[in-house]
Amino acid sequence: MTGRIDRRFAELKREGRAALVTFTMAGDPDPQTAIAILKALPKAGADVIELGMPFTDPMADGPAIQAAGLRALNAGQTLKKTLDAVRAFRKVDAETPLVLMGYYNPIYIYGVPRFLKNAKAAGVDGLIVVDLPPEEDEELCLPALKAGVNFVRLATPTTDDKRLPAVLANTSGFVYYVSITGITGAAAPDAGKVKAAVARIKRHTKLPVAVGFGVRSAAQARAIAEGAEGVVVGSALVGAVKDSLDKKGKATGKTVKAVAKLVAELAGGVRSAKRPS
Amino acid sequence: MTVRQQPNSFRTGPDERGHFGIYGGRFVAETLMPLILDLEKAYAEAKADPAFKREMDAHLKNYVGRPSPLYLAERLTAHFRGAKIYFKREDLNHTGAHKVNNVLGQIMLAKRMGKPRVIAETGAGMHGVATATMCAKFGLECVVFMGATDVGRQQPNVLRMRALGAEVRPVESGAKTLKDAMNEALRDWVTNVSNTFYCIGTVAGPHPYPMMVRDFQCVIGDETRVQMQEAEGRLPDSLLACIGGGSNAMGLFHPFLDERQIEIYGVEAAGHGLKSGQHAASVAGGRPGVLHGNRTYLLMDADGQIQEAHSISAGLDYPGIGPEHAWLADVGRIKFLSATDKEALAAFQLCSRLEGIIPALESCHALARLGDIAPKKPKDHLIVVNLSGRGDKDLDSVAHHLGGKL
Repeated sequence: MTGRIDRRFAELKREGRAALVTFTMAGDPDPQTAIAILKALPKAGADVIELGMPFTDPMADGPAIQAAGLRALNAGQTLKKTLDAVRAFRKVDAETPLVLMGYYNPIYIYGVPRFLKNAKAAGVDGLIVVDLPPEEDEELCLPALKAGVNFVRLATPTTDDKRLPAVLANTSGFVYYVSITGITGAAAPDAGKVKAAVARIKRHTKLPVAVGFGVRSAAQARAIAEGAEGVVVGSALVGAVKDSLDKKGKATGKTVKAVAKLVAELAGGVRSAKRPS
Repeated sequence: MTVRQQPNSFRTGPDERGHFGIYGGRFVAETLMPLILDLEKAYAEAKADPAFKREMDAHLKNYVGRPSPLYLAERLTAHFRGAKIYFKREDLNHTGAHKVNNVLGQIMLAKRMGKPRVIAETGAGMHGVATATMCAKFGLECVVFMGATDVGRQQPNVLRMRALGAEVRPVESGAKTLKDAMNEALRDWVTNVSNTFYCIGTVAGPHPYPMMVRDFQCVIGDETRVQMQEAEGRLPDSLLACIGGGSNAMGLFHPFLDERQIEIYGVEAAGHGLKSGQHAASVAGGRPGVLHGNRTYLLMDADGQIQEAHSISAGLDYPGIGPEHAWLADVGRIKFLSATDKEALAAFQLCSRLEGIIPALESCHALARLGDIAPKKPKDHLIVVNLSGRGDKDLDSVAHHLGGKL
């Protein structure tokens, strides 16, 4: 299928640059501000948007994204409200690809067929569900592909060459390479190792490869962008949300601006990368 | 709960993908998936290796102190004027609970797989103590994740783990209990995949853990079968055990599942009462969902967010249950009951004073239901209660709850 994700990566390939993929948490720090952040992302330089679906028990996330999820849940975010946020975003942006990222239980409880129907209608292009490996493809991956929603898979340093074909089999849109063994926001990835890992994945797929986990600064983003088709930044952005809050944890006039400013810096890093032509 | 047609055998699960009916599975991050497949392979090889079983049996005998006695609780039997009550004395194992049966197996497997570092989650601290113990014995590094709330209410076990050379890491996220400890252990595992073995303490988590932990705990039921034959010349009529994740219960129940005349009762923690919303009874008060690598009954809200459990017993304070229990609940083979904090405390006092055995608060949940079951049964009805652990660790907590009455 050709959707927004495929079109966006094709455009960027023609431009000869990598994509900046931003991760922010739906409902963080409150539903309204989170929508304002979402709407500000493309203008600030985000090429692909990952929107987190908050979950009480995010087993693969570090403290920054755990805290973002809790802020959202405490502010009353639900999966339904997350889909509402996507709808609100689509009213102002018809082109930027949007991928929902999270854990399976809230989707399972919402009901897979109903979720896929509503997500597609809201303008969701893809899903990243951390706790659904290929061994569980029947749960959501295969129904998603049937419903015309991309299923973006995580590949990790522990995914060896023997396993990669299974991981890539039903992946579409792009491949998200987790650059470290660890939780989100932990260590900075080594750009050299990342380059080699991306090359290894590229031997198995024509899909674009985006790299994430631990990218915080424009300089790191540039380094990673030299070896990959996309750079994912998450913990640093939700950290910017947190740092902008007032003493009671409420959004301030600075919240949206702080995120947009960091996105612009990261986009500058990504766009200044020297890409092999 | 829908009761479906009963299968030919209740003991054939899981299927090759780790499913017990719709439950179980492998819902983990990709980083962990290759490890879980390695573990599955290593466990299958160990299981088929007679030397592994020989070594394990020797340690169970000489180090753990098995077989644990099957003890006729005469004064409790007289007290309830009904069924003949036996205790399976898992409290007499080295480290004071059934947990060690499973940990021995997993640590031997860790050693076999060449993993120098072991991590574990713990609630009451019994699994943590067992893991710290076996790591000391086998010379492995040990890190135990424990919710900060539990660190506070189970101090003696924290000190025991430290004395055994383990590092205890208090977990400050969520309600700071067992669920949060498990999240943190999984985060550590994702980070330290190459050298770390995750020793899960109950019959839950991604396949193959529910099956593997069950297999290691089945020694409880296997011994009970032999011991009851010796004592009474026949099999028991009823089995009774507490269920948090459900490893002590599964260990006792599983070898008897296909003897359909045997009544099997699992007792969940009803905390302040099922209606209060503050409990840990995931079958009675939850519904199927996905957490910590498996599909099972979970306590959650309408949006699929996991709710905090509550129980006076740290070992039962978890919003889920092992997937095989979930399936056995659906097919109706295990009858699920529950006991409140108050009922558990009353059972604690009764058992201590009538039998001279101070039971773990976890086991007290099973004991608490004896008062309903035993009196209604004839005197030749044989009931086995799994006395899964000793209560020394709970004395401070019990004293606190009972005020001056202890």
